[in-house]
Amino acid sequence: MAESLTAVQKLSNKYSKTYMQDFINILPLSIIASGIFISVLIEMYSKYSEEILPWFSIIMLISSAVSSIALINNTQVIYNGTLATGGNVYIFYFMFTMGAALTVFSSIDYIKKYGSYFGEYYILLLSSVLGMMLMAGAKDIFTIFMGLELMSVCFYVLAGINRKKSGANEASLKYFLLGAFATGIIVYGIALIFGTAQTTSIEIIVANFGVLSHNILFIAGMLLFIIGFSFKIAAFPFHMWAPDVYQGASTAVAGLMSTGGKAAAFSVLIIILSAVFPGNNVNVFRPYFAVIAALSMIYGSIVAISQTNIKRMLAYSSIAHAGYMCIGLAAGNYESVAGIIFYLAAYTFMNVGVFAVVAMIEGENDTNLELSGYIGLSRKNPKLAALMALFMFSLSGLPPFAGFFGKYYIFISAVEANLTWLAIVGIASSVISVYFYLRVIVLMYFSEPETEPAVVGGGYGVFSAVIAALLILVLGVFPGSLLSLITAYLK
Amino acid sequence: MEQSLLLTYLLLIPLAGSLLLLFVNKANETFIKWFGLIISSAVFIVSMIIYYRFDYNLAGFQFIDNFIWINKINVSYHVGIDGISLLLVLLTTFLTPVTLFSSWNSIKKKVKEFTFFMLLLEVGMLGVFVSLDLFLFYIFWEAMLIPMYFIIGIWGGDRRIYASVKFFIYTMAGSLLMLIAIIWLGVYAAKFTGAFTTSLPDLYKVGPNIQYEIQKYMFLAFLVSFAIKVPLFPFHTWLPDAHVQAPTAGSVILAGVLLKMGTYGILRFCLPLFPQSAVIFAPYVSVLAVIGIIYGALVAMVQTDMKKLVAYSSVSHLGFVVLGIFAMTTEAVQGSVIQMVNHGLSTGALFLLVGMIYDRTHTREISSYGGIAKIIPLFSVALMFASLSSIGLPGLNGFIGEFLILLGSFKSPVLNSWAFTIFAASGVIFAAVYMLWMYQRVVFGPVTHPGLNSLKDLTKREILILVPIFIFILWIGVYPGTFLKLSEKSSNVVIRQALGLSVPDLKSAAKQ
Repeated sequence: MAESLTAVQKLSNKYSKTYMQDFINILPLSIIASGIFISVLIEMYSKYSEEILPWFSIIMLISSAVSSIALINNTQVIYNGTLATGGNVYIFYFMFTMGAALTVFSSIDYIKKYGSYFGEYYILLLSSVLGMMLMAGAKDIFTIFMGLELMSVCFYVLAGINRKKSGANEASLKYFLLGAFATGIIVYGIALIFGTAQTTSIEIIVANFGVLSHNILFIAGMLLFIIGFSFKIAAFPFHMWAPDVYQGASTAVAGLMSTGGKAAAFSVLIIILSAVFPGNNVNVFRPYFAVIAALSMIYGSIVAISQTNIKRMLAYSSIAHAGYMCIGLAAGNYESVAGIIFYLAAYTFMNVGVFAVVAMIEGENDTNLELSGYIGLSRKNPKLAALMALFMFSLSGLPPFAGFFGKYYIFISAVEANLTWLAIVGIASSVISVYFYLRVIVLMYFSEPETEPAVVGGGYGVFSAVIAALLILVLGVFPGSLLSLITAYLK
Repeated sequence: MEQSLLLTYLLLIPLAGSLLLLFVNKANETFIKWFGLIISSAVFIVSMIIYYRFDYNLAGFQFIDNFIWINKINVSYHVGIDGISLLLVLLTTFLTPVTLFSSWNSIKKKVKEFTFFMLLLEVGMLGVFVSLDLFLFYIFWEAMLIPMYFIIGIWGGDRRIYASVKFFIYTMAGSLLMLIAIIWLGVYAAKFTGAFTTSLPDLYKVGPNIQYEIQKYMFLAFLVSFAIKVPLFPFHTWLPDAHVQAPTAGSVILAGVLLKMGTYGILRFCLPLFPQSAVIFAPYVSVLAVIGIIYGALVAMVQTDMKKLVAYSSVSHLGFVVLGIFAMTTEAVQGSVIQMVNHGLSTGALFLLVGMIYDRTHTREISSYGGIAKIIPLFSVALMFASLSSIGLPGLNGFIGEFLILLGSFKSPVLNSWAFTIFAASGVIFAAVYMLWMYQRVVFGPVTHPGLNSLKDLTKREILILVPIFIFILWIGVYPGTFLKLSEKSSNVVIRQALGLSVPDLKSAAKQ
């Protein structure tokens, strides 16, 4: 007995250091994971779960965000080369967790408005965040796939969580079918990549990219993989699901889907294309990304003009923003990657804020989502109108907000990569998009309402919108700190 | 290098004022109005301090503040002032309190938001005139659109939504084009000097070295953006709507300052950065300017709405300014700079007077007036003074600017033809036609409507607003040297940069 104890003690002494180190390495992930498990327990056994769960999720998300900022210097590759920590991965983690925390804030009152409370809502939210984090930190193709499936399935269910609404059911089914199809394409791409590269480790693939890119099967596999992810980021022509899904899903979730989901998919695209960024290899996918960027920007901006439902309008604006970020992927240098990450951070907070405001203005049973519901909002609720105006100005790319600087930096990287024509297309679509962003402001401030706009409520929703607005202002006026943080970890 | 921070104070005071205003309860309307007036007067005092400490014998930029802002793309908060910007800064800081005072009784709803937007607008305008970094310039240029858009859209006339949206999208389209040129220029600077930069003094060395094929596109991108703002024919179509629909205060600021941002931009950026293109395109742009002079005047002649008449007269007057800029002689550029100030004062006064009569009768149609000279003589005298100043009567400010511009373009080596001067001079005659004809119909003759008999004359507040403007109009007209000497050295620097001649070392000339 004594010997076995000392044997156990010896073993634990030998491994305790690595366990401790491992524990710290995956701290943001393990906080979320333990949060999921404890949430399930709370939901099962506590009758106060409706009050506890949102706050518990917020605590878990914020502590995960704080830990990822605190441990940002801890850049390692762990678990046998499948997961990366530190650096830009943790910047992505911060985006996901903060975006989700703000979404939870705006969900608290939103769910009360709809009356259908499910504890699973918060559990699924946390699980989707975990999936996003796995995707962002992946160093192995299977990790990407795990994260993708975890995030996607949670989103499919979250889209349809208001099961009494037929719009939600439609949204969920459309998302599921198209998403499963896209995942199938991705898996086929993975199979081809594995077949040609004979490994699933991304580092080895990146190192051998030059040799592999002569193999047509490898390029085909990469192309299928990228196309599958183009579905996920809702770029033209793979965007068809976005308007219906954003419109049908509950508004708070739509906020997270449009930001976190897109950010995670972009992080995967950045990882998989990291072979071309140092300039060692030719960016064979430049024509592809350039074309879908141009088409997404123009299509998104033009079609958004004809929308009357604000959630559909925001969905088309998301398509356009995905286009701007694809300019960065087409440019393919370090500046463009930094630009994409900065743009994603700005975009996350802009969109989460917008959807939080929309969720507050929304009435029961999907009423008051038309643009006409915003007429005269400045009189009824000036704070909400001011927040909405700020987000609209930032989305259209006006200084001094964060949206402008993201666009500016991506345009710089495009011009440096000799893609000036793409920057000009971006400018043209910015001008077009100004029209429909401004239209909301015109309705809120300049138009006289015929009827009284519906009473809007929600203390916590306002809080999340205010935090998002402050972050946008800070990122807009002082973008240097985030930018230098991102570029420091890129090399 | 020690920073003098005076220009930063100039920018910070209205910004701080506007943010503080957010915390004031909107019911204290009187307090809000006085607060706005005091803040903008404080800014005026700071600009007077800058005026007194400005050394007009030096050619370079003074009062430079240079703080690194975003290290990665070499953007710094780089501000400085030279003779040209000093005159425009003084114009801005002078007109803003005047405007706020003039809307004392005419802005009745949302007074707090109005003052907030006016103060923000002042920050934007001042920032444009003092920025020495293209990125900073762009931020102020665009950020200034938001308050103007709200001012037109909330407190404007019946078609204000159409006017404000048109104004916003038209101007933004132009400035986004300028953004591409700024980025392009920065990338070129990276090729020449090794680092992407948007700092103007550095770009002054890079720009002239870019070969003409590429340079002309950058020049055109900048030019179109500024041409929309000026406005230069044929990019002027936003102006009549915006001016007519805006409230009086908005029109005064729009005509008085915002239009000058376009001409200032041409002088500060297009000419020195792209000298070869500027010289080659000068005749064509001057043709557009002359067309604008004559077209603006002709259309002004047939207007029935007084405000629209003054709006089109702006197109005509600013055509003179652009002609003077592209003539590239000392007299012409000096004439343009002083004409910018003159136009701000005289058209500002005209808009104020039209606003005053509108406050009383709620109509701007010329046909609803007639013979008001007997009823409101003070107003009629003021209107006469402003009209004569706009026409360019010798002895008042307009004459100085127009004469210098015509003289300079007559002997311009770049334009190389008397035709420009001859056609532009006809614009002076047309100005007299439309202005005096309007004046005669409104003020002289028999009283046409009985309702006019009850018109009240200028109140003390209105007299207090107009008198300083008229003092400056007379001062510039009789002794313009005080103002011309400020900008002389800087104008010469711009001309020399545009013509590719050697420029005195600006760095050693910089002074606190």
